[in-house]
Amino acid sequence: MGENYSLQMKGITKEFPGVLALNNVDFNLKEGEVHALIGENGAGKSTLIKILSGAHQMDRGEIFINNKKVAIQNPRHAQELGISVIYQELNLVPYLSVYENIFLGREHMRNKYFIDHKENKLKAKALLEALEIKIDLEQTVAELSVAQQQMIEVAKALSMNANIIVMDEPTSALGNREIEQLFKTIKKLKSRGISIIYISHRLEELWEIADRVTVLRDGQYVATSDLKAMTKDELIKLMVGRDLTEQFPKREVALGEEVLRVEGLSRRGVLDNISFNLRRGEVVGFAGLVGSGRTELMRCIFGADRFEQGTIYIEQNAVEIKSPQDAIKHGIGFITEDRKRQGLMLIRPVKENITITDLDQFIKHLFIDHGQEEKTAEDLVEKLKIKTPGMEQEVRNLSGGNQQKIVIAKWLLKNAKILIFDEPTRGIDVGAKKEVYNLINLLVKNGAAVIMVSSELPEIIGMSDRVYVMSHGRITGELTAQEATQEKILAYATKE
Amino acid sequence: MRKILRKTNSSIGKELGALTALVLLCVIMSISSPHFLSLTNLMNILRQSTLIGIVAAGMTFVIITGGIDLSVGSVLSLASCITAGMIVNHEMNVWVSVFAGIILGAFLGFLNGLMITCIPLPPFIATLGIMGVARGLAFVYTGGAPIYTFPESFKFLGQGMIGPIPFPVILMVVVYIIFYILLKRTKLGRYTYAIGGNEEAAILSGIPTGRYKAIVYSLTGALAALAGMVLAARLDAATSVAGDGFELDVIAAVVIGGTSLSGGQGGVIGSLIGALIMGVVRNGLNLLLVSSHWQRVILGIIILAAVTVDVLRKKGVFLKATKYKGVIKGDPDQVQESI
Repeated sequence: MGENYSLQMKGITKEFPGVLALNNVDFNLKEGEVHALIGENGAGKSTLIKILSGAHQMDRGEIFINNKKVAIQNPRHAQELGISVIYQELNLVPYLSVYENIFLGREHMRNKYFIDHKENKLKAKALLEALEIKIDLEQTVAELSVAQQQMIEVAKALSMNANIIVMDEPTSALGNREIEQLFKTIKKLKSRGISIIYISHRLEELWEIADRVTVLRDGQYVATSDLKAMTKDELIKLMVGRDLTEQFPKREVALGEEVLRVEGLSRRGVLDNISFNLRRGEVVGFAGLVGSGRTELMRCIFGADRFEQGTIYIEQNAVEIKSPQDAIKHGIGFITEDRKRQGLMLIRPVKENITITDLDQFIKHLFIDHGQEEKTAEDLVEKLKIKTPGMEQEVRNLSGGNQQKIVIAKWLLKNAKILIFDEPTRGIDVGAKKEVYNLINLLVKNGAAVIMVSSELPEIIGMSDRVYVMSHGRITGELTAQEATQEKILAYATKE
Repeated sequence: MRKILRKTNSSIGKELGALTALVLLCVIMSISSPHFLSLTNLMNILRQSTLIGIVAAGMTFVIITGGIDLSVGSVLSLASCITAGMIVNHEMNVWVSVFAGIILGAFLGFLNGLMITCIPLPPFIATLGIMGVARGLAFVYTGGAPIYTFPESFKFLGQGMIGPIPFPVILMVVVYIIFYILLKRTKLGRYTYAIGGNEEAAILSGIPTGRYKAIVYSLTGALAALAGMVLAARLDAATSVAGDGFELDVIAAVVIGGTSLSGGQGGVIGSLIGALIMGVVRNGLNLLLVSSHWQRVILGIIILAAVTVDVLRKKGVFLKATKYKGVIKGDPDQVQESI
């Protein structure tokens, strides 16, 4: 072949308890190329990168750097081998200056005890100039924009003599102009012979910046190809690939009248003129990329965040929702995306977590009727098939699926008529997923209406009567169940 | 089966630890000193534990919400000075004055709660501020001189006996019965746990967390004022220096009693035991003629030991928390992989 590979990964296999995260995956990186690594959530991209960066150890496989076989021990070792990873959540110290961040932990010293600030500044200046980045060295990182912070990370990687730089979704938090600047920097790096692994969900930008692409799916290697040789549609097909054999139970529910309508809802910098509606008996899916504004929209509707403009109608009446209490009063329930941080009191018992939304129904003469409360909790636990040794069990000791069912149980208790599910099956196993789907079906059958926010397209398509697609804080598309395909949703979701 | 599980999961386990320590201490003390087990001495210990004990009941609520109240010592002093001033200088009705003092304490607590929920200030800072304000006002009001010579009816609060039992002890028991019921049987108690367990989840479940936090701090302020009455009545004097450093003793009692400083767990019975442990240690060291200087050292070590136990207990929780971390952080790939 005659080409120089700065990195080759062969037959990488990694198993987590119960999940084969990577199965015999190959990946190679040419010197000075930008190589896109793509796949759906759970395809194994992160695991592959973590193995490369030394955060995980592979079970089987070989890694060659500059044609020399290496066994990467830990993150520090990976750095010594010239591998730098720039994560989505940047790793900078906000209240230290730019140059201090670049050399953090590797400061140039005047002697054993004192830092040579002059030398550090000089070296930092040279690095930034080489990248043609204009940032004041003395500024603290907290004052910089996300894009500028990324540049600092790049400079930091260069200061460690990295020749393989991994960028994990670098554009997800950037505006158009900032992306341009980032791409300029990437091209600079390329011209210096540095190889870049580029992970992104924004497919269309790949043609602008990347040379080749490798697609992973369900932990399997699918293909590697020159980007020029393929279209976006072909790429999406490779990503999605799998047959959607239905794990989604069918339901037949007649749609009723409109229960929720949102008109022109805007929140500065986050949501732009959102309008949609929801009918009794309906499941409406909200698709979109991470950061497209779906969760933010739901938080506004639930009163957890404020919005500047727009009106919410519940059963045709304009209502004012200023707090979660208001939303709950109007029959809205919110199964949050992050059940551990927002949905559950992990150190409190099952019973208390379930009855928290409607403790009033157990209050008799100022006191909680513990017997009644326990009985009701037990009923719900039985109804939702929650596996727990008892009502007093602390919730943190339950599995993810059972925890999720507890969050659902508390809104069943409250008899919520409009239920917002935000990523309802994240991090729970296949069996529990199906139970959650069954529950959603049962709910709409009993006259509720459901909004389901999900990043898993098969789930959106399999469960929804209608799908709204969001991108950059706007609704960019509305699809009926018949129209909705992964390709169409992705096309809307990546629309600028 | 279910009953057994319920037992192991309730807070009884933690309180058992504190109770064991208390019994052990009593055994050691009674062996070391023949005077320890006498009725007079036991009543003495109880009486000495009442101030810390009474306030610790409220502080337990505050700490369960994940907060802290540093102002209780100053509130105790200011409330007792104002009440004393009303009785002695203005010759007002004793019970009206006592009531006014307690209302003042509740109001200062309410201010704490207001700043913590509305601004919001960290509880440490808000109550540190009120600590200074209340102490300062006590000095301003009294000019630094004690107010003394109370009528018998007021002195009964601190010196009275009902049978062989000092009145403050009965007061403390009543406070604990009320606060135990509040914590275990009412909405207030349940929401107190919920706020400390996960405030965000509590808000998203529709709980007006601000209102309940304000109630909790107000109750604690009221109890601090009540303790101020008892102290002034016992000494027959109200002073602007009373209760200096008292807040730390109260917090220590709560923590020794097994309430976790990170919130969401604990109970008032543990705090009562914690207050008694501190009382027994002080009393025992007095009987053993240990100088008050060394007593400070020993009490300091006991607090350290108790918090170490708290931290180690949390470490068990902490290990679990790091296990969750992969799921919590917004890395969807990892979420799936770490099932």
